[in-house]
Parts: sequence; structure tokens; C-alpha cells
Amino acid sequence: MTFPLFVALALCFTALLCFYRLIVGPTVPDKIVAAQVIGTKTMAVLVLIAVIYDQPMFIDISLTYAMLSFLAIIAVARYLGGERVIKC
Amino acid sequence: MLIEALQILFLSVGTLFFFLGVIGLLRFPDVYTRLHATTKCDTLGLGMIVMGALLYEGATLNSMKLAFIIIFVFLTNPTAAHAIARAAYRHGTRLWEKSVVDMYKEASP
Repeated sequence: MTFPLFVALALCFTALLCFYRLIVGPTVPDKIVAAQVIGTKTMAVLVLIAVIYDQPMFIDISLTYAMLSFLAIIAVARYLGGERVIKC
Repeated sequence: MLIEALQILFLSVGTLFFFLGVIGLLRFPDVYTRLHATTKCDTLGLGMIVMGALLYEGATLNSMKLAFIIIFVFLTNPTAAHAIARAAYRHGTRLWEKSVVDMYKEASP
């Protein structure tokens, strides 16, 4: 189980590289793109943690994280485009 | 033996795609080109890595959850990218100055 550990560490390093665009990014949509990329990498790291430590609970956490990240991205994008976030 | 080789191959190719997406995010000049790079590379990279984890699990209930993660991400990641691109255009983000064509402006005058 050492190879998935190295893959998870490499993904954490790429997430650190993404923080440059998240902090510096010239416009606001750049920062949203960087946040979405970091969220996707977090899902991959959670699945790898479930493999490394043999704990199936983390797969459910990754699935929930995917749904919450998708909802948050859609809400922020609608707010930024000048539309109503919730239609009722 | 073959299963172990496939696991290492899937995880390595997924990590390579994540690296390429991050290089595109850091080096491209525009919001739209960055979105174009990161969305495709991230979707395929996550699919590869979850496929490698699925080979570690074997055929259980957890591997069904992993397959559902792949299907869900392949559906929702392009949708989120489309929403971000539309919001960036309506927000007033400029295109790169060497861009050739702006079809959204031609379609909605």
C-alpha cells in the first residue's frame, strides 16, 4: 500500500500549486476555477485515503463532497452572472 | 500480477493528467482557456484514479459506490464548467487580446 500513498502526496503538491491561482488570480472567475480544481483533487485524495487505510467510510465522504462542491459552484456561478440564485 | 500492473498504470496516468491540468491552469493567459484545460484534464484524471482504486477494492458494495462517483463526476464537471464560463462572460471578463472569434457575441447581439 505504498504506491497510493505517493500518489496522494503528489496530488497534495499539485493542490498547493493551484493555491497560487486561487490567491493571485487576476479576475474573480479565475479564483472560482482554481477552487473547483482543488475540490476535484480533494475527492481523489479522499478515495486514495479509503484505499490506504482500508476504511470504506471515506468513499461516502468523497461522494457527499462531490455533490456539495457541485451545488456550491452552480450557486456561485449564478450569483456572479447576475441571475437569481434560487428560483421560487 | 496483471491486476497490480493495471493499478499502477491507472494511478500513474491519472496523476499525469492532474499535473497537465495544473500546468494549464498556471500558464494559460485567459479565464476561458484555463477552464478549457482544467475541466477536461481533471475529469479524466479523477476517472483514472477512481478506476485504480476500484481495482484495489474488488467486486463489493464499495466498488459500486466508486463507479457511481465516476458517473456522477462525468455528468456534473462539464455542467459546472459551462456555468462558470457563462457567468464569466456575463460578468464582463475580457477575452485574450489575440482571440480570433467571439461566437457568443455574434449569436446574442
